[in-house]
Amino acid sequence: MNFAFTDDQLLFRDAVAEFFANECPPEKVRWSWDDEVGRDESIWAALAEMGVIGLTVPEAFGGMGMNEIDLLPILTEAGRYAYPGPLVETVAVVAPLLAESAPAAIAEKWLPGIAEGSVIATVQLDGQPFVNDMHIANLLIAQRGEQLFAIPAEHVRSTPQVSVDGARRLFSVEWDEADAELIVSGEAALQAVNRAFDRGAAATAAQLIGLSEQMIAMTVAYVVDRKQFGVPIGSFQAVKHHLADAELKVSFARPAVWAAAYGLANSSADVDREVSMAKCFASDAAEVVARKALQTHGAIGYTTEHDLHFWLKRSWALASSWGDAAWHRRRVAHLLLDA
Amino acid sequence: MDLTFTPAEEAFRAEAREWLEANVPVGLPSGDTAEGFALHVEWEKKLFEAGWSVVSWPEEFGGRGASLWEWLIFEEEYYRVGGPQRVTQNGIFLLAPTIFEYGTDEQKARFLPRMASADDLWCQGWSEPDAGSDLAGIKSRATRDDERGGWVINGQKTWTTRGAFCNWVFGLFRTDPEAARHSGMTYLMVPLDASGVTVRGVERLDGDEGFAEVFFDDVFVADDLVLGGVNEGWGVAMATTSSERGLTLRSPGRFCAAADRLVDLWKRQAAAGEHPERIDSLRSDVAQSWMEAEAYRLATLADVTGLVNGVSQGARSSLTKIFWSELDVKLNETALRLLGPAAELIETSAGAVDGGAWMKGFEFALSGPIYAGTNEIQRNVVAERVLGLPRK
Ligand SMILES: Cc1cc2nc3c(=O)[nH]c(=O)nc-3n(C[C@H](O)[C@H](O)[C@H](O)COP(=O)(O)OP(=O)(O)OC[C@H]3O[C@@H](n4cnc5c(N)ncnc54)[C@H](O)[C@@H]3O)c2cc1C
Repeated sequence: MNFAFTDDQLLFRDAVAEFFANECPPEKVRWSWDDEVGRDESIWAALAEMGVIGLTVPEAFGGMGMNEIDLLPILTEAGRYAYPGPLVETVAVVAPLLAESAPAAIAEKWLPGIAEGSVIATVQLDGQPFVNDMHIANLLIAQRGEQLFAIPAEHVRSTPQVSVDGARRLFSVEWDEADAELIVSGEAALQAVNRAFDRGAAATAAQLIGLSEQMIAMTVAYVVDRKQFGVPIGSFQAVKHHLADAELKVSFARPAVWAAAYGLANSSADVDREVSMAKCFASDAAEVVARKALQTHGAIGYTTEHDLHFWLKRSWALASSWGDAAWHRRRVAHLLLDA
Repeated sequence: MDLTFTPAEEAFRAEAREWLEANVPVGLPSGDTAEGFALHVEWEKKLFEAGWSVVSWPEEFGGRGASLWEWLIFEEEYYRVGGPQRVTQNGIFLLAPTIFEYGTDEQKARFLPRMASADDLWCQGWSEPDAGSDLAGIKSRATRDDERGGWVINGQKTWTTRGAFCNWVFGLFRTDPEAARHSGMTYLMVPLDASGVTVRGVERLDGDEGFAEVFFDDVFVADDLVLGGVNEGWGVAMATTSSERGLTLRSPGRFCAAADRLVDLWKRQAAAGEHPERIDSLRSDVAQSWMEAEAYRLATLADVTGLVNGVSQGARSSLTKIFWSELDVKLNETALRLLGPAAELIETSAGAVDGGAWMKGFEFALSGPIYAGTNEIQRNVVAERVLGLPRK
C-alpha cells in the first residue's frame, strides 16, 4: 500500500505548474475571455514539447505512454491556473480512446499528430450537447448510438454557444456519416464510450480540485489582507468557519480523485464507481468552495474586474460537465443498490 | 501508487478474520451500562489472550508488533464481522500512545501490559464543570506533598466516559496556580479506588450511565504517577487529544462497516416493499453516506502513507475529526429515515428493527461533534493552523 505519487510524477507536475505560473497568469485567462479565438497556440506547442499533450499517446506513436496517475496531477495544475485549452478532450479522452479502440489506420493517422501537438482533438458522447473547442480542433470523435466515429474538422458544421465562463468555447455540431471514419461499433463501442466518459469525468474532477485549491488560496490571501472594524476579516469566526468548510470539502474529495486515477490506470473492477465518486465529490466541493470564496470576498468578488470570477465560472461549468454531482451520485447508488 | 496489500498483509487479514469470525460475540448489551461493561471486559480479555487486543504494540507489552497497515486491516475485519465497541479504548488508543511517547520505562512496564489485558480500565479526566472547550480553564489542583513524595488532589472532573466502571483516570491538574494559563498543569494518573475519590454515574442522552462525575478530596498520588514533566502537562495532553481526533480512535473500518450495513438495510427495506416512495427517495442519501465512509477510508490511506514516510498529520487531524463525526451522524440519520415510523423504537422494544441499533447509533453519533473538541473548535483550528488565518 502506498497512496502517494512518485518523486518523478511530482517533478513532472511541478514543472508543468511552473510553466502555467509563467505562461498562464490571470491576465492570460482574461485575454482568453476577450480574444475571439482565445487560445494561445504557443502554450499548446510548449505543452507538447514538455510531453504533456502526448502523455497518454503510446510510445509507438511518439507519445509518452503514461497513464492517469501521471496525468491527473497535471490536470489539477491546469485547473489551478484556469488554463482553458482542451487538455481533457485531447489528452485524457481522445488519445487513449484511439489507442485502445481504433483500427491501426485511424490510430496511425491521428495519434502521432496529437503527440507532437499538431492535432487538437475534441469529443462528443451521447448526452453531451456541446463540444469544447471545435474552433481550433482538427479532429472530432463522436458517438452515434452504438457507433464511434472520427470526423476531420473540415467536415464538421458548428454553431457557437456562449458559456457563462467566457474563456470556454462551446459549439453545437452537425456532421454526416459519409464524411466520418468508423472507429468501433456495437458492444465494443459502448464499452469504449463508457471508458471515455469515465476518463473525462475523472480528468474534470482533477481540474476541479485545482480550481478549488486556488479559490481557497485567493480567499485566504484576501481575508488576511482586508480589514474591517480595524482587524483582518479573517479573524472573524464566521469567516474562519466558511473557509474551514471549504478546506474540508476539498480535503476529502482529493483522495477520491487520486483513487479514481489509480482505478483507471489499473482497470479496477469498480472503476465506474470510483470515478463517479470522484466527480461527485469534486463537483460538490467546487460548488461549496466557490460559494464560500465569493461570500468572503464581498462585493469585490462580485465584479468582473477582480480575477475571482474566472475561477467561479470555470468551476460552475466543470462541476456540471461530464456528469454533475447528482448524476454521479445516482450512478453510485445504482452500482451499490441494484447489484 | 499501489492500493493493494502485500501477501503477508493479506495473510494477516485472513488470520484475523478467521479468529474474529469464530469468536466475536453477538448482541452484547451496551458497554456503557454496568452489566454490559462487565461483558465487554470479558470479551476484551478473550481478545487479549488470543493476541488481538493491541495488535500494533510491541510484543513485550502484549501486542504483536503489527504495522500501521496491519492495524488498519485488523480494524476493518473487527468491524466487518460486527465486533463490539472497545471499552478499553481510552487506555489503549488514547493514554497508551502518550505513555509510549512520554512514559518512563517503569511506567511502561507497570501500565501497558495491564491495559492490554483489560485488567486496568482507564477513563479520561479533562473536562470540569467550568472547563469544557476551554480546557486550559481547569481548576482541579494538585498540591505538592514533599514529605510523602507526591501530590494531593482536590477538585472535580465531569463527563468522564465510563468513569463509574473504570479503576483508573488520567487527566490534567493544576500544579502551579501562579503560572500562565497553559503552563502550570501536570498530567497525572489516578487510581479511582484511592481514598478521597468519589465517583457518581450520570445518565447520558441514550439512557445509559455512560458519564460520570469524579470528585477528588485530598487524594494523594505518588510522584511515579506523573506522566511527562511537572508543569508540562499541557503539551503531554495535546498528544493524547490529537490521538483522539485522528486515526487511532476512529479508524475507517468502523464507518465502512456501518455504511455496508446501511446499504444492506436499504436493500432489505426495498425488498419488504412497504413505502416504496420513501425508500426510493433515499437512494442518493444512502450512496452519499457510503461514499463518505469510503472517502474517509481513502483519506486515511493517504495519511498513513504520509505517517509511514515520516510526515505527521499535524493540525490536519482536525479536518479528520470533523469529517468522521459528521459522516457518522449522516449515516445513522439516513438509516432512521429508511425506517420511517419504526425509527423511534429502541432496543427494549420487540418491534425495533436490528434491535434498535440505528437509534442507538444515531444518539451516539450526535455526541461525535461535541466530544474530542467540538467541531466549532476544530473549525477554528483548521482556519488558524491549516489555513493560517489570524487568531485575533
Ligand atoms: C459522549 C461524550 C463523551 C465525553 N467523554 C469525556 C471524557 O471521557 N472525559 C472528558 O474529560 N470529557 C468528556 N466529554 C466532554 C467533552 O470533552 C466536552 O463536552 C467538550 O470539550 C465541550 O465542552 P462543553 O461540553 O463544556 O461545552 P462548551 O465548551 O460549553 O461548548 C458549548 C457550545 O459552545 C461552543 N463553543 C465554545 N467555545 C467556542 C469557541 N471558542 N468558538 C466557537 N464555539 C465555541 C461549542 O462548540 C459548543 O457548541 C464527553 C462529551 C460527550 C458528549
